[in-house]
Amino acid sequence: MNFTLLIIINGIFINNFILSQFLGICPFLGVSKKTETALGMGIAVIFVMGVASVVTYALNLLLIAAKIEYMQTIVFILVVAGLIQILEIVLKKFTPALYSALGVYLPLITTNCAVLGVAIMNVTSLARQSLFYAFLNGVAGGAGFTVAILIMAGIREKMQTSDIPEPFKGFPITLITASLMAMSFAAFSSFSF
Amino acid sequence: MKNEKFRAVIEPFANGFVKNNPTFRLVLGTCPTLAVTTSAMNGITMGLATTFVLMCSNLLISLLRNIIPSKVRIPAYILIIATFVTVVDMTMKKFIPDLHATLGLYIPLIVVNCIIMARAESFANQNMPLPSVMDGLGVGLGFTLSITLISIVREFLGAGAFFGMTIPGLSDFAMSIFIMPAGAFLVFGFMIVCFNAAVKAFEKRRAQGGQAK
Repeated sequence: MNFTLLIIINGIFINNFILSQFLGICPFLGVSKKTETALGMGIAVIFVMGVASVVTYALNLLLIAAKIEYMQTIVFILVVAGLIQILEIVLKKFTPALYSALGVYLPLITTNCAVLGVAIMNVTSLARQSLFYAFLNGVAGGAGFTVAILIMAGIREKMQTSDIPEPFKGFPITLITASLMAMSFAAFSSFSF
Repeated sequence: MKNEKFRAVIEPFANGFVKNNPTFRLVLGTCPTLAVTTSAMNGITMGLATTFVLMCSNLLISLLRNIIPSKVRIPAYILIIATFVTVVDMTMKKFIPDLHATLGLYIPLIVVNCIIMARAESFANQNMPLPSVMDGLGVGLGFTLSITLISIVREFLGAGAFFGMTIPGLSDFAMSIFIMPAGAFLVFGFMIVCFNAAVKAFEKRRAQGGQAK
């Protein structure tokens, strides 16, 4: 089986960032009230995860060359935080249209553990073989995030009109919905290549 | 006066368990709550590691609160937190390599645990060092208690065990769905329901008691 395709399917379905790895749960619960905002957040995450994957992968090679791998966590989080700031400035300057679409979501992504998660995963998992695989892993992970948050937003829009028992309102019913989604996504784990 | 001082120290500690309970009340730090609660031992280790980072970062941020310019405070906090996480990561790798391997990716991810940032931003940068440490300890132990509870339930239902010891007779009827991702969401959701219902019932009783007076 083609390794490229494997990474993509693995990132989106089998090891979905939200429903099986539990990375990026905060925005998943927080920004999933409407489909439009969910889509905006999803696209911003794909974008940042792709760029962050490339930058952190390259930086890790430098860290290894300098024999200071133990600085990984500190370097990665600072790079991710700095990168998001730079992206915001660059987008604002050169592509105002894209900025007005993604702008509000960018600062929120700093605390999204999916971005740091993918950066660390890229240097420890199978995707560490090449820069291209790392990039692909980031984009596929972001796409998996987008799929999950879009489905969730669709369900929550429908749920607004339904009669939910008082203690279940808010987070609990969202988590139980996520549980049902995770059950159906668990079926993908039986895929074997 | 002495009593007031004592209160300023003890109150942030006590608030961490119910009023500021990070898991059930504020719903922060959900990623580790869901990810590592497959067994009670994992839950308690993660909780204590987070508590350590939270206490240390609260202390340092509180000491430096008048020195760090407010414009660059967020990157400064991230740097402080990341340093302590690296300390925890390296210590665990050396002394408890098995648990370190199980928790894996989620140890460095303590950096982006929103509880730590939230306490730094809402408590440590406005308060004296001692109350800040107590706040870190209280919220950290509240977090530890909550995720240990979740993991005890999940381990009991999903593997028929308690802290790694299998319970005879029960392990044959283990429902493995509870240690799978779906079970994490389910148990967490129902625990919040129970916590909210209990807090509400308690408040209602207290309000009634107040009226009777």
